[in-house]
Amino acid sequence: MMADGRFAGRVALHGVAYLTLGFILMPLVFVTWLAFFAQEIPSFPPEGYSLKWFGAIANNRNFVTGLWTSMQVAIAATMIGLALAVPASLILARRQFTGNAAMSQFLLLPLVVPGVVMGTAIYVFQIETEIATGLPILGSLGGLIAGHTLIVIPWTVRLVTASLAGLDPAAEEAAQSLGANQWTTFFRVTLPAIRPGVVAGALFGFVTSFGNLEMSLFLVGPGRITLPIAILQYLEWKIDPTVAAVSVLQILLIAGAMIITDRYVKLARVV
Amino acid sequence: MASLTLDGLTKSYGDVAVVKSVSLEVRDGEFLVLLGPSGCGKTTTLRMIAGFVPPSGGSIRIGDQDITRLPPWKRNAGLVFQSYALFPHMTVAQNVAFGLEMRKAARSEVGPRVAEALRLVRLDGYGERYPRQLSGGQQQRVALARALVIRPDVLLLDEPLSNLDAKLRLQVRLEIRALQQQTGLTTVMVTHDQEEALTMADRLVVMSDGAVRQVGTQSDLYERPADLFVADFVGRSTMIAGTVTAPGTFRSDGGLVLTCPAPAPLGPATLALRPERLTMGLAARGLDNHVPGTASFVSYLGAMLDVHVRLNGTDHVVVQIPNKADGLAPAVGDTIEVGWPASACLVFPRETA
Repeated sequence: MMADGRFAGRVALHGVAYLTLGFILMPLVFVTWLAFFAQEIPSFPPEGYSLKWFGAIANNRNFVTGLWTSMQVAIAATMIGLALAVPASLILARRQFTGNAAMSQFLLLPLVVPGVVMGTAIYVFQIETEIATGLPILGSLGGLIAGHTLIVIPWTVRLVTASLAGLDPAAEEAAQSLGANQWTTFFRVTLPAIRPGVVAGALFGFVTSFGNLEMSLFLVGPGRITLPIAILQYLEWKIDPTVAAVSVLQILLIAGAMIITDRYVKLARVV
Repeated sequence: MASLTLDGLTKSYGDVAVVKSVSLEVRDGEFLVLLGPSGCGKTTTLRMIAGFVPPSGGSIRIGDQDITRLPPWKRNAGLVFQSYALFPHMTVAQNVAFGLEMRKAARSEVGPRVAEALRLVRLDGYGERYPRQLSGGQQQRVALARALVIRPDVLLLDEPLSNLDAKLRLQVRLEIRALQQQTGLTTVMVTHDQEEALTMADRLVVMSDGAVRQVGTQSDLYERPADLFVADFVGRSTMIAGTVTAPGTFRSDGGLVLTCPAPAPLGPATLALRPERLTMGLAARGLDNHVPGTASFVSYLGAMLDVHVRLNGTDHVVVQIPNKADGLAPAVGDTIEVGWPASACLVFPRETA
C-alpha cells in the first residue's frame, strides 16, 4: 500500500513536470515546424515542406536591417551595461553605506517597470532633453542604445553581485600585500573570480535587449527598425511562414549563444 | 628582514577608539604574538601594519623606513589570513609565483624560487593543482609559501590556524614556528587562543579594549601578570576579593587573614591564585597560608583533577592536583586542608570605578 502510494506520487510529479516542460516548449516546436510548411497560409496538415521562407528573409530589407540594428544595439547596450554594472556591484558588495540596500533595489527596478511605461518615460525624457539642448537625441541610434542599457543593467548587476558574494575579500588583500596595486588586483584577481557572473550577465542582458519590442517602439526613428519591430510590422500585412523562419533564426542565435557560454561558465551555477 | 616599530599607533572610528596609542618594538627575527579577546583591537593593529587600515595617529616603521602612509603593495609584508585567501582560479604554483611576478622577477628565477618555497612547506609536486583540490592544512601551507617567497621584511599572521581542526592545528603551529626560526623572519601573529600564543611566541602582547596591557615572555605574563586582566586572561586563576590591611597581610571579604608578598598597596584588592600552586592535605600545613575547607566539586581532566574547595561562605579556591588514580582523590563533601606559599599570591589593587 505504502509503496503503491509512493509510486503514484512519483508518477504524478513526473507527469506535472513533463506537462510543464511541454507547455514551455510547445510554441518553440510549432514555430519551428511552421517555418518549413510549403503553403503560404499556415493550415494543418501541411501540404508539403519547403526551405523557401528562409530564403525570403534575405529578400526582405526590413528583416535584414532589423537584425543588423538589433545586433548593434544589443551588443553596445550589453557592453555599456557591464561597464556600469561591474563597478556598481563592487561598491554595493564591498562598501557599507547608508542607502546601500535601497540602491541595490533601485538598480533592479527596470525589471519591474512595464516596458511600455519605460518606453513612454524615456521617450518624453528624450524629447524634453532634445528641446532643452538642441542635440538630435530622439530616434538616434545612441538614444536607442541608452534605453536598452537601462534594461540590461538589472541583469548584469544582479549576476555580478551574486558572483562577488562568492569571492573572499581577503584574496584581494592578499594580492595587494604581494605587491599588486588596485588595478592589477582587479584585473588579476577580482575579475577572473567573478567572470562567470560577468559572462552570464552579458548573455542575459544581450537576450533581453535583443528581444525587446515595447521600449524600442518608442525610441526608433524614421527608417530605423529592430528585428522584433520588423516582425511586428510584417505580421500586420502577412501571416506566411517567413515570420516563423525569422523566429527560428532568432531562437538558434540565442540558443547558440547560451550553449557557447555554458561551455565556459556553468550557467546553472550562477543563475 | 628588519625590526618593526609601532609608535603611538591609534585608530578611531568617529568617537570610538578601537586602538589606543599602541607602542611596540618587534626585534629583528622575533616572533611576537598579539593576544586578546575578540574586539580588543589586535586585528585592527595588524591590519594597520599591513596597510589596509589607515591609522588615525602614530607611526609604523620597518627598520628605519616610515611606512605609515605607504599603500599595502609597497610595504613588502607577507600576509597569511585565517581564510587562506588563495586565488581560486590559479594553480598552487601560480599562487606562489604571484608576488614574484608583481616584483618583475626574471622568468628564470621564478621557477626555482617557487619550487624552493613549496619544498619549504613540504608541498613539492603540488604546483599544478588548484587550491580546491587541497585540504585546509595544505591550503594554509600554500598561503604561507606565497607569503614567504617574496622574502618579506615582516610576516603577518592573522589567526592563521583558526580554520583548521584541532589536531592539524597543533601540527601546523609547530611547522610555522619552525619555518619562522629557519627563515629568521620578523613575525607578528594575532590570535585569541592563548595556548597557541604561548607555544609559538618569543614575546607576547596582551591587549584589551584597544590598549596594551602587558608585553613580555610567557613566564613574565604567567608569573608576574601586570594586572588582574592579564592574570585572568593568561592561564587560570581563582579570585578572592578582600583588602590589604597591612604590608604583607590580606584580609578576604570572607574573613580569612592571609600572608602575601609585601609590596601590595593598602586598600581594596583582589587576590589571584593559580590552581596548580595550591597544595592539599598534610603538605599544606607547613605553608605560609593554610585554611580548612570542604570539597564542593571535583572535575576529572584526565591527567589532572580540579578540586573546588569552599573555604567559607564567601571564598573558594580551585586546586589542581595530579591524577594518581590511587583511590586517595578527594570526594565532594570531604574536609580538606588547603595551603599555599605567600609567593603564590598575586595581589592587585581593586580598580575603583
